[in-house]
Amino acid sequence: MAVRAPSSDLPIALENASVSVGALTILDRISLAFSPGTPTVLIGPNGSGKTTLIRLAMGLIEPTSGRITFGGRERVPPLRRAIVFQRPAMLRRSAAANIAYAMAAAGIDRARRPGRIEELLALVGLTGFGERPARRLSGGEQQRLALARALARDPEVLFLDEPTASLDPAATKAVEDVVQAVVARGIKVVMSTHDLGEARRLAGDIVLMHRGRVIESTTAAEFFSTPKTQEARRFVAGELLV
Amino acid sequence: MPGDASALQLVLSADPALMGIVWLSLGVSLAAVGLATIVGLPIGALLALTRFPGRNACIVVLNALMGLPPVVVGLAVYLLLSRSGPLGSWGLLFTPKAMVIAQAILVTPIIAALARQTLEDLWVEYRDELAAMNVGPVGRISTLIWDARFSLVTALLAGFGRAAAEVGAVIIVGGNIDGFTRTMTTAIALETSKGDLPLAIGLGIVLIAIVVAVNALAWGVRRTGERFAG
Ligand SMILES: Nc1ncnc2c1ncn2[C@@H]1O[C@H](COP(=O)(O)OP(=O)(O)OP(=O)(O)O)[C@@H](O)[C@H]1O
Ligand SMILES: [Mg+2]
Repeated sequence: MAVRAPSSDLPIALENASVSVGALTILDRISLAFSPGTPTVLIGPNGSGKTTLIRLAMGLIEPTSGRITFGGRERVPPLRRAIVFQRPAMLRRSAAANIAYAMAAAGIDRARRPGRIEELLALVGLTGFGERPARRLSGGEQQRLALARALARDPEVLFLDEPTASLDPAATKAVEDVVQAVVARGIKVVMSTHDLGEARRLAGDIVLMHRGRVIESTTAAEFFSTPKTQEARRFVAGELLV
Repeated sequence: MPGDASALQLVLSADPALMGIVWLSLGVSLAAVGLATIVGLPIGALLALTRFPGRNACIVVLNALMGLPPVVVGLAVYLLLSRSGPLGSWGLLFTPKAMVIAQAILVTPIIAALARQTLEDLWVEYRDELAAMNVGPVGRISTLIWDARFSLVTALLAGFGRAAAEVGAVIIVGGNIDGFTRTMTTAIALETSKGDLPLAIGLGIVLIAIVVAVNALAWGVRRTGERFAG
């Protein structure tokens, strides 16, 4: 087992957190908490700030104003958090070596690695791809390898930024199954998507974003049955939100 | 050309005088590249991974230094090592060590600049992933150098090519002393001016063969890297 910090990174709480670059406000005074349990799904049009919010919650950027805490502590390094970026970068190594690298970085026992690598490759439907150079894999295959690589770190929280955006239906199903399995193991999933169907299938909570603000943050059941805001109603109705 | 047959004979018979010159040249250039790597690689890595005021100016200067005129470097090292110079007491002038120093100065900017470019390109790709995996500074640098190793070897070979083909610096600080500091390039210059064309041509053939071999090696390394690492 990886050596684990005694305390949890959850809940990840944002208090009035803003992110701006120069005069541009990308996230505008967001207060939100990611707590243990069912997945939180971020939805919202392009440029609404989903990726920035995920990077903030992962701890890759700091809020320009406001606060973010991980299990009540500030500036906690991402030992127990993992992420699949919207456009993951593969290391110049084989698929298996990419996973092994993540395990080594997470301090996972060398002896445990080979078996676990095979398991993870199988989990994301990449059995037999282990020895291939990771950068030669197709976009969808790289996306799934990135998921395996993130899981390899045994995270407590898993961030997924549009994990199925470039996948065909079969691969999408495979990834959604992995997400369900991950959730069943008690890992908190925070993901973004443009796919309303996916949000319905996976979400416990929904966060609707628009122009850097959180417009609605509620349970999925409530969001889809009785959306409160105009934007949410239009979004649920499948209208284009711009 | 009257010298052709005898030049080839010299090369094929591995004439001892010629071989001595070849080995000295290779030794000096390899040592210079080794020294330049020890100095240049960390400089390149530092410039690639850090941000500080004046960094862009450093990069511009470094790139400009790639085109340092060898005779000027030779002159500078000469002044440094000459008996009345600051390092004159070391007694290095007109020794192979002086030639290594001069060539290392010529090659360091090449290795540093090429390494900087290579590592920075990779760093831009890797930065987020490595940050997300909580990889510290030492891990970052070693990962980048390891993953860029094939391109970096190409940079070293470029430096070697520059060193091996260079004449201006080594002739000034080495003095072209027969059997001691005479390299392929300085011997070619001397023998040509003396009219001993067979030896000059023979050395020319060997030098070109080495340069071709180094480039073939660089190409092969790159290809291998692409095949195995993507
Ligand atoms: N470093 C930056 N500098 C300037 N602007 C930025 C920066 N990062 C993000 N932005 C801007 O902030 C806004 C939000 O970006 P973000 O990537 O978070 O959106 P998103 O919701 O993930 O969009 P998409 O659905 O297209 O992935 C965009 O308008 C983007 O151009
Ligand atoms: Mg995004």
